[in-house]
Amino acid sequence: MWMIEIPPFIPFFIGALIAAFTRGVLRNTLMIIVPIVSGLHLWMVPEGIHLQFAFLDYQLSPYRVDKLSLMFGYVFHIAAFIAIIYSLHVKDTVQQVSAMLYAGSGLGAVFAGDLLTLFVFWELLAFTSVFLIWARRTPQSYVAGMRYLIIQVLSGVILLVGALFYAVENGTLDFGYIGLNGIAGWLIFIAFGIKCAFPIAHNWLTDAYPEATVTGTVFLSAFTTKVAVYALARSYPGTELLVYIGAAMTCFPIFFAVIENDLRRVLAYSLINQVGFMVVGIGIGTALAINGAVSHAFNDVIFKGLLFMSMGAVLHMTGKINGSDLGGLYKTMPKTTILCIVGAASISAFPLFSGFVSKSMVMSAALEEGYDWIWLMLLFASAGVFHHAGIKIPYFAFFAHDSGLRASDPPKNMLFAMTIAACLCIAIGIYPSALYSLLPYDTGYNPYDATHVLAQTQLLFFSALAFVWLNLKGMYPPELRSTNLDFDWIYRRAMPLVFQNMFSVIWKVDRMVRDMIKEKLSHSFAYLASKNNRLSGLLSRNHPSGSMAMWIAVMLGIYLLLSFVK
Amino acid sequence: MKNEKKYLFDDPKNVKRVLYILYSCCALLVILDFVIHRHVIHSWESLWGFYPLYGFVGCVILVVVATWMRSFLMRDEDYYENIELKNLGETTKEPLTKNIASKTGGHHVDD
Repeated sequence: MWMIEIPPFIPFFIGALIAAFTRGVLRNTLMIIVPIVSGLHLWMVPEGIHLQFAFLDYQLSPYRVDKLSLMFGYVFHIAAFIAIIYSLHVKDTVQQVSAMLYAGSGLGAVFAGDLLTLFVFWELLAFTSVFLIWARRTPQSYVAGMRYLIIQVLSGVILLVGALFYAVENGTLDFGYIGLNGIAGWLIFIAFGIKCAFPIAHNWLTDAYPEATVTGTVFLSAFTTKVAVYALARSYPGTELLVYIGAAMTCFPIFFAVIENDLRRVLAYSLINQVGFMVVGIGIGTALAINGAVSHAFNDVIFKGLLFMSMGAVLHMTGKINGSDLGGLYKTMPKTTILCIVGAASISAFPLFSGFVSKSMVMSAALEEGYDWIWLMLLFASAGVFHHAGIKIPYFAFFAHDSGLRASDPPKNMLFAMTIAACLCIAIGIYPSALYSLLPYDTGYNPYDATHVLAQTQLLFFSALAFVWLNLKGMYPPELRSTNLDFDWIYRRAMPLVFQNMFSVIWKVDRMVRDMIKEKLSHSFAYLASKNNRLSGLLSRNHPSGSMAMWIAVMLGIYLLLSFVK
Repeated sequence: MKNEKKYLFDDPKNVKRVLYILYSCCALLVILDFVIHRHVIHSWESLWGFYPLYGFVGCVILVVVATWMRSFLMRDEDYYENIELKNLGETTKEPLTKNIASKTGGHHVDD
């Protein structure tokens, strides 16, 4: 090879350094150049392990390239490129630097060839991304960021412990197939699961992403969960448990999404739903299913990014993001409306849009492997995702009742970034072969046969019909200013309340015991004092000093006598 | 707002038109069910109108259940903030005011 293989996180970390010390047009230009140069470089890097050294007794390989990691490497470059363009207008250096570091950490994690390197980037992902949340500089974002950081770091710590167990059990730190046997397998699985937003561990996502800055959420939606999906695909393909976890992930968030008011939180719930499809694919573990999971991750980064960008544009221009405050924006934000609809069509998996060519692979694999009920759940989730992300997002933001807001389309850089994403969504949808050629396996799958197209179109159009019917009947739940309880209630309300009550009881008991002892002590002191304070008392009798002198003289006299006796 | 220009969907006729397009698409898709021979993997798929019905009923159930969930999951918008931000305020307020006082070189009246 005529050039040195540089791990892709290095250009991004250098980019972060540049972003810290430059301003204005220079910074913008350099930040755009970083993902382009790094991406082109990655395109030319052959597969294999390019960096390896021994650490203590273990072989570390921080830069390993194969088909699976390349797929995520490419899409992370695309996502970083789009998100950087989207955030060019941001003057906040904290955001620009942490975004570059965050993208670099994501790339570092997917090219990590051993568990220790993975752990380092796993934690870096958490520490760099939290600044994108705090950069909103509201009290809400501060507390949400704290919770986010605690959960992410916890995941990292569990990963480290799991990796240490793994090293002891197997004598190697190689980041390959692990499987659910032994304590190491389970610990690492839980660590991946937390970052992957498994049910119960999912609230960090719906809590923190909507509190991040307009541009920060676009970065956040691309990397963290996809790194976790990648890690699961590498270490736990074909683990049946994942099928059920994934199916649960596709279904339960859509209920919350339907009644959620904050439109970016709706997207956060739908992000979990989409990750669920990938997790199911990994769990099934056949070549087709893995291909489906990986390609869906690839597409999801782009269309979910597009949706977050369009909602970010609404928030940026109007300062509002609640469905109850928005509506009628198509009048003055026509371009954003169209771009948002492209994203909505892609996530809903309309034929000719990107979601269709990847999601159908997972569905077909589920059917082929005989997971009938899982297939029905996925089908329900497909209809549901169209309902809440495909219709609800554009409808309540841009149509519905006229909110009276007359915001114009966002700045050019935002529109341009959204346009790139929208073009990619359509291009992949129309010409999926390009995407398929990058996939780990060659399955010869063709999404565009009459059966598939008809089935999916029927499903989606009748979901739309259901939306219209419910709306006309007045049965559709209106957007209300509200908080919906989710599992985070346990650690945001119940646990603090329990601890508060517990400590108040403990303190009460503690005070009672102290008071009791104090009272007893003072009683006994008083008793002793009263006993001895009288002149007649044994210890308080007064002796004249003359008698003392006399007794001393007597003692000395006896002593003298004794000396004579001897 | 009187002088404002009329937009596409300000005219109810246009909304009706969109709905009619949707209805006719749905009808067309059901008819296509008879025309196109599909090769199915699962026996349910060959049931007449399986996908359209599943999509429609699924969505109605989704919305009905979600609406019902509101009855026990919905709280005020500032449900969490009430407590979380109050705690935050207590811990940050004091040093903040002290800093301001020392920065400006001011003294408290009691000092």
